[in-house]
Amino acid sequence: MISSGQRTEQELIASHGVAAYIGCAATATVVVAGITGMFIWLAGHFGVSVPGWLRLMLFVLCACGGAWYGRHLVELKLTPRRGYERIAIGMLAVCAAVAVLTTIGIVYTVLAESIQFFRQVPIREFFFSLEWSPQIAIRDDQAGASGSFGIIPLITGTLLISFIAMILSIPVGLFSAIYLSEFASKQVRDSVKPGLEFLAGIPTVVYGFFAVATLSPLLRELGSTVGIGISGESALAAGVVIGVMTIPFVASLSEDALFAVPQDLRNGSLSLGATHGETALQIVVPAALPGIVASFILAFSRAVGETMIVVMAAGLAANLTLNPLEAVTTVTVQIVTLLVGDQTFDDPKTLAAFALGLILFALTLALNFCALRIVRKYQERYD
Amino acid sequence: MIRRTALAHRYRNQRRLVWLGKTSIGLALIFLFSLIANVAFTGADALRGAQIELAIHFDPQMVGTANQNDLLKYSSLVKTALRSEFPQQASSRRQRRDLNALVSFGAAQVLRDMVAEQPELIGTVQKIWLPASALVAEYLNKNHDEHVASPFSDVQTLVLDQMAEQKLIRGTFNSRFFTAGDSRDPELAGIGGALFGTFLTLMITFITCFPIAIGAAVYLEMFAPRNRLFDFIEININNLAAVPSIIMGLLGLAVFISVLGVPRSTPLVGGLVLALMTLPTIIIAARAALKAVPPSLLSGAMALGATRLQGVFHHVVPLAMPGILTGTIIGMAQALGETAPLLMIGMVAFITDIPAGFTDAATVLPVQIFLWSDSPERGFLERAALASCVLIVFLLAMNAIAIYLRRKLEFKW
Repeated sequence: MISSGQRTEQELIASHGVAAYIGCAATATVVVAGITGMFIWLAGHFGVSVPGWLRLMLFVLCACGGAWYGRHLVELKLTPRRGYERIAIGMLAVCAAVAVLTTIGIVYTVLAESIQFFRQVPIREFFFSLEWSPQIAIRDDQAGASGSFGIIPLITGTLLISFIAMILSIPVGLFSAIYLSEFASKQVRDSVKPGLEFLAGIPTVVYGFFAVATLSPLLRELGSTVGIGISGESALAAGVVIGVMTIPFVASLSEDALFAVPQDLRNGSLSLGATHGETALQIVVPAALPGIVASFILAFSRAVGETMIVVMAAGLAANLTLNPLEAVTTVTVQIVTLLVGDQTFDDPKTLAAFALGLILFALTLALNFCALRIVRKYQERYD
Repeated sequence: MIRRTALAHRYRNQRRLVWLGKTSIGLALIFLFSLIANVAFTGADALRGAQIELAIHFDPQMVGTANQNDLLKYSSLVKTALRSEFPQQASSRRQRRDLNALVSFGAAQVLRDMVAEQPELIGTVQKIWLPASALVAEYLNKNHDEHVASPFSDVQTLVLDQMAEQKLIRGTFNSRFFTAGDSRDPELAGIGGALFGTFLTLMITFITCFPIAIGAAVYLEMFAPRNRLFDFIEININNLAAVPSIIMGLLGLAVFISVLGVPRSTPLVGGLVLALMTLPTIIIAARAALKAVPPSLLSGAMALGATRLQGVFHHVVPLAMPGILTGTIIGMAQALGETAPLLMIGMVAFITDIPAGFTDAATVLPVQIFLWSDSPERGFLERAALASCVLIVFLLAMNAIAIYLRRKLEFKW
């Protein structure tokens, strides 16, 4: 093997001449040195000046590197190097491990901080107390010095807002998906889908801005004209906007599921005399049901974990209520309120945010697993 | 007869279903349009700045050589000019305050710069167009809507009407908005600092995320043995993509800031947190792109004597690059719009300077929108809307590039 490689090189040099060899090395040298020069110039822009001797050395080094690389280019010899390859593959595996490390990091941090939190606040209070007011007293003898950390109002608030969102996004998303997949012409589909994708791409902070600057005042005005008092931070406004945000999730995931149903099923149904509508509702939708349900669950999980819209449009005070016209708060809002600003790490307020993070992580993880299981377990395979 | 009505009934049901579908799509699109229109119309007001023409007397006693750099002296020059222009409206202290509110604090800076450039101005009286406050811009924008409570006091309405008649106020293009940093005064506030902060943050995100994502995708798709560990990693990555972004903020706070000691509020820590968040998105896209390259290419390369690594990096990865880049752009667009994790790591500070490097305190565009829409002062709402427009335009551009790349470069096997 080695001798044949060398022969190729010799043949190459013989056929193309030494000129090509040197030219290639020179080109590589110039290119690499030019790039280095650019970096030095850029560094100068950021206020880092490189001394002259170092520049010279850098250039010489780059030139040598370039020459080596140029030689490498000409020689056409890609000899496998076992050691090098093993290291390279190992590095790739490390990259893959970063994803796992992230998960481990998340679980470790939220668990560790939560355990510290539960040393200071009893678990029973956290899960069963109906009151959430994490004010920590400045003086020890102040009234209500300990603050109370009952998560129930936060969970109800989160679920209330998420349910409002789902009431909007599930029917709208599902019917859009059915229409797009079963009835729409290709042109309609091609023009509507980018619109839906755009809706999914709008940053949540813009949705939040819309909720707080437009929708909430609008709802309050509407309410006052018909004589209903609607809070300026009502769960309704936040829920509706989150609903709009999740429409594209439901629509595109459901549409994928509907689209995956084989055409034979539709043809069979149509040939037996069913209308297109009956085929869609009684054949295609049931066949795609696992995927559709999974899309609902994923949208719900998204709504539960949504932060910016509720931070901007929902309230801060923890009201235990199911009235959508009142202000409620959510788990994510409380995490943000507890952590924005300066904090110390042994403070129960800071630790409470991590405990809430644990709840949120567990909840969304469970929902995502649920969706995955439903698809894996109930999805019929037609091939 | 019965059969026919039954059939009519069935077709009616179908029409109802189609109608429901069309309505749903219409509803979604109406939401989209009303959101965009709302943001655009509100934001358009912030595009208009205002100027006010005043006869400034550069009083040598006030701004003589000793006080040449004292901004407060210049601002009192402006106040004096206003008062002499409208002597009847400046009788009480309250009226004077209302009057002074018409001129921006930026006017003093303009005057100082003028004097620094031409010292011979001292002692003369000059008619100068000076930056006015956001109130004047609002006056110029709104054609006196009767239903809305007026933001102007009686004195201000009187003075502004008079000035408008004498053509002493004019609207300008608010170019400052795109270059300046944040400010307490709406007419001085801009998104320049936030834009540059976003740029630095996304650069960190890209530098850390892109190589790792490609490495992970190549390993999983090309080298990893298919065993339980592989399944575990795969599920892991899929779940990570669905973890709420705020949890990533918690991780960043606990690991990057309190354990590794990365400075708070900086593009460095922000970029790292966003990188963790975008990593799964890019890995998933890159894996799909790698999977789409036919295995026969790799087999061919290996049959000609290349090792698996050589085959992968010389043939499969370059061919999958368009798909990987598309996924990367989409991931970066996600990172660009993300706000919640950055709140956790302190990027919500009020920062007036444009950041100079990766370890300077900075803010990013979405957070700037959040801060402004939270602000109770008048004039910031419009700025938040305009900043939202800028953000949406950036996102649209990125998505358009991604779609273009996908159309142009992706090869159908």
